[in-house]
Amino acid sequence: MRAQFILSEIGIGLRRNLSMTISVILVTFVSLTFVGSAALLQLQISQMKDDWYGKVEVSVFLCAAGSQKPTCADGEVTDAQKAAIQAELDSPDVKPYIQKVYYESKQQAFVSFQKMFADQWWASSITVDDMNSSFRIKLTDPAKYQVVADVLTGRQGIDEVQDQRKIFDSLFLVLNRATMLSAGLAAVMLLAAVLLITTTIRLSAMSRRRETGIMRLVGASNLFIQLPFMLEGAIAATLGAALAVGGLWLGVRYLVIDWLSSSVTSINFITERQVWLVAPFIVGAAILLAAISSLVTLRRYTKV
Amino acid sequence: MIRFENVSKVYARGARPALDSISMEVERGEFVFLVGASGSGKSTFLRLVLREERPSEGKVFVAGKDMTTLSAWKVPQMRRQIGAVFQDFRLLPNKSVYENVAFALQVIGKPRHHIMTTVPDVLEMVGLAGKEKRRPHELSGGEQQRVAIARAFVNRPPILLCDEPTGNLDPTTSLGIMRLLDRINRTGTTVVMATHDDEIVDQMRKRVVELSAGAMVRDQSRGVYGSAR
Repeated sequence: MRAQFILSEIGIGLRRNLSMTISVILVTFVSLTFVGSAALLQLQISQMKDDWYGKVEVSVFLCAAGSQKPTCADGEVTDAQKAAIQAELDSPDVKPYIQKVYYESKQQAFVSFQKMFADQWWASSITVDDMNSSFRIKLTDPAKYQVVADVLTGRQGIDEVQDQRKIFDSLFLVLNRATMLSAGLAAVMLLAAVLLITTTIRLSAMSRRRETGIMRLVGASNLFIQLPFMLEGAIAATLGAALAVGGLWLGVRYLVIDWLSSSVTSINFITERQVWLVAPFIVGAAILLAAISSLVTLRRYTKV
Repeated sequence: MIRFENVSKVYARGARPALDSISMEVERGEFVFLVGASGSGKSTFLRLVLREERPSEGKVFVAGKDMTTLSAWKVPQMRRQIGAVFQDFRLLPNKSVYENVAFALQVIGKPRHHIMTTVPDVLEMVGLAGKEKRRPHELSGGEQQRVAIARAFVNRPPILLCDEPTGNLDPTTSLGIMRLLDRINRTGTTVVMATHDDEIVDQMRKRVVELSAGAMVRDQSRGVYGSAR
């Protein structure tokens, strides 16, 4: 009896304010889509970090014949300098951070360079002597790059110490900025959603003042009076959340998986799995949104 | 059943009190007229019993409970002991007669079978048998007030408060409503009725409590409306 009665009250309320209900659904839809996009971007970033940081190395380029650096004043790196650098890498201060070191000679560098740029017309003008020989260092923890860099930078015979992670930094910067933009828009939209839900509940409460007045008079409990309004907001917000999850799913399915993945194969993109990971939080956010709005509103409008 | 102990009610700071140190008691099963000019405090009296307001000073007891210290979440339970009828009927225009009365039971969570047996009973008692499906706007004023009384009484509350129930009705119709209230009173229900209607008060010969500018100026059993017109 109770449940049926409350459900019919909710139905009446939602239909009576149909345009408001639809706007609540749309605003929560848009705002939560932004929230979800921000979350998915962050998941994409952390996934790329996992993928790439495991593969990246610190490259210690040694002086080539034409190097201009002061540390390369002696011309091409000598065997003694190489031995000194190797000894430094084996010293107890640095050793624990290093997983593996291997040496790439000029010749090896030239071969892999020619392979990589085989199609380019300018590759043929590069000679073996243009290449740097290098130490390639795989760190136990890629984040500890600075320790190795500090030890090696400025040593005779070293042209440049390069952390390959730097290559990704600009990409991650772009993605992080996009996340911030998305989160910022989400915050504005969420505020709009809260205000809109508040207004909707208020309108709904006003349009049923007669009913709630009689309810109070005959001794209906507060919860009984307020529940239909709260559920109205919650239902509308949850529908918006469902649309947002659906929108994100479609976006990932058709934009990321079908389009991006096929055109940019070097990156491991997020899949629908991540969308399902984010979905409960989006629905949770919607319910929280509605709960906050109803608490704020109903306290004023349906007091005993 | 209802006891006021030195009750004062001041709405705005510094204003003349709506009720000024009222002490009185209504026994179980009594029928009491509350008379007095507009603004004499009749409505405030009823609102204090319903705990729509709290007294500024003094204590209000209803059915043995102190309404001044009653916690907010117990108020709904308390109000189920009190029926209330108003001058403007307060019916729901988009619900039928039956639904209007059933509404009062639905919202306090009564089971369906209980509603289905009680509502026709009470409608018959107020003389609206056969008009269950009508909407309020299809009824006369007197009939609408009967629906309101049915709604107030359907849960068999021990107390019925009426705020000028005949205020919008012609004398003949008013008489019918009074007969109905009298019958309800005879079932043991305590009835407190605020009114301006001198003819009715003079005819019924019940206890009369007169308020004037918030003060109680007369308490007379089997009284008449009196001179304060």
